[in-house]
Amino acid sequence: MLRAKGLEITFNPGTPIENRVLRGLDLNIPTGQFVTVIGSNGAGKSTFLNAVSGDLAVDRGSIQIDDSDVTRRSAWQRSDLVARVFQDPMAGTCEALTIEENMALAWKRGARRSFGFSLTRKLRELFREKLSILNLGLENRLSDRMGLLSGGQRQAVSLLMASLQPSRILLLDEHTAALDPKTAAFVLELTARIVEAGKLTAMMVTHSMRQALDYGTRTVMLHEGRVILDVKGVERAGMDVPDLLHMFEKTRGEKLDDDKLLLA
Amino acid sequence: MSLIASLGAIEIGLIFGLVALGVFLSFRIINFPDLTVDGSFPLGGAVAAALIVAGWNPFAATAAAIVAGALSGYLTAWLNVRLRIMQLLASILVMIALYSVNLRVMGKPNIALIDEPTVFSLLEFGGLPDYLLKPLVLLAVVVAAKVLIDLFFASEVGLAMRATGGNPRMARSQGISTDRLTVWGLALSNGLVALAGALFVQSQGGADISMGLGTIVVGLAAVIIGETILPARSLVITTLACVLGAVLYRFFIALALNSDFIGLKAQDLNLVTAVLVAFALLVPTYKRKLAGLWPGVRANPTHVVKEAK
Repeated sequence: MLRAKGLEITFNPGTPIENRVLRGLDLNIPTGQFVTVIGSNGAGKSTFLNAVSGDLAVDRGSIQIDDSDVTRRSAWQRSDLVARVFQDPMAGTCEALTIEENMALAWKRGARRSFGFSLTRKLRELFREKLSILNLGLENRLSDRMGLLSGGQRQAVSLLMASLQPSRILLLDEHTAALDPKTAAFVLELTARIVEAGKLTAMMVTHSMRQALDYGTRTVMLHEGRVILDVKGVERAGMDVPDLLHMFEKTRGEKLDDDKLLLA
Repeated sequence: MSLIASLGAIEIGLIFGLVALGVFLSFRIINFPDLTVDGSFPLGGAVAAALIVAGWNPFAATAAAIVAGALSGYLTAWLNVRLRIMQLLASILVMIALYSVNLRVMGKPNIALIDEPTVFSLLEFGGLPDYLLKPLVLLAVVVAAKVLIDLFFASEVGLAMRATGGNPRMARSQGISTDRLTVWGLALSNGLVALAGALFVQSQGGADISMGLGTIVVGLAAVIIGETILPARSLVITTLACVLGAVLYRFFIALALNSDFIGLKAQDLNLVTAVLVAFALLVPTYKRKLAGLWPGVRANPTHVVKEAK
């Protein structure tokens, strides 16, 4: 469960380029919900995700994950609760390390690390088994360096890594944006499968309204640092992209003119 | 070059093997350009020499030198991660400060250890001559350090340290305190370098305030030469390459300086170093060109093997 209350973040405060990215954002996500987040450029999607993960500190407001108030915790201190997949395939894995070493890192996410061996026969067996569900043949390349993999393969492994250990919330930051359409579809399917299988609480930022409606159980739209649309259940099930646009125009009294949102 | 001169070169090479391991740890693993070593090498030497002269057991004095070196690395990392001072600048500040500290520790610009006990004199057994004993003891120390570092890199904490240098943002998202591991890593690195300094003064018979000059260049040279002659994906091989690089480097330096027909003298040491490092940096490029001329020659066979698997 995630409870974000009155989040405010301002970049470069008190300067001519001051940018109020989050302006009192409230959002509650109950356990087990898969929320898709949309919004035009600069709406605050990525900033919000980074605030939840702890990469960015909020100026005001509070973030609660399950029973813990994590507002003041840094990113590494939240990692026992938060799992994430980055937008950039290069960001979520360490290319100098091998596939199995990357997975061993994720295996210990949020836990104490010891001076014992990071890789054991048993762990390798487990990783091989996990990788085999990707159907990419990676289970035979455990000791290959991550840098040898394509962007799509790396995102797929990132997803696996994020699901190796239980998390209270899984953050997906436009994790298919850097991939070609076919690979993106594969990674999205995989995402849905993993979230479903683990009954995970998840939040996926996307640029595509289509994706936002096709995946997950609830869709929220951010605009100027706040949640302006929130649809779920029956209402959402019957929705198509034009309906979403229409709803936006009605609530805001303005036209949405971000080509990316419309076309994607 | 005589046998004794060769063994002497290997002896110093092995000592710089420890420096190379330390430099490899900071520059390559944690990705922290750390120049503290120019200060922590003589710091190790100064602490060991001063304590031995004060009557300490040489082993205890060496251990104290390691702790002192580790503290200096800790300080550099602390300046960077806590006070946000640029990495290079933080290490230069500590390096400069250590010059004064070293003078304070020694109380004078140099200390002779000719008649004092050293770890080498204490280990003397079976009447093994000095010129054989020292390289053997040093070999044992370097091998032990290398194996311990390899084991550390294979551990959960060691893996976290490698991720800290490789992709800090990812490391943090996996629950790794990159700040803490940077501090530990630099402490470990400079501890190793100080150990080298302590062994250097005990094998060379004295400490001198200027002995740290260029330590970082020699350490980097060793790492680069090692990586060139033994390119590998496996860390176990790479740490071996660092040590080999250091030994080869010192050996070639001795060869160049001892060969009368070249006409080089001790004062040409730094020039020879620069030429050697430049040469080592050129080899990979040259190899690639060769591979282009003859398709049968592969520039980097490890790449090919891995991808084919």
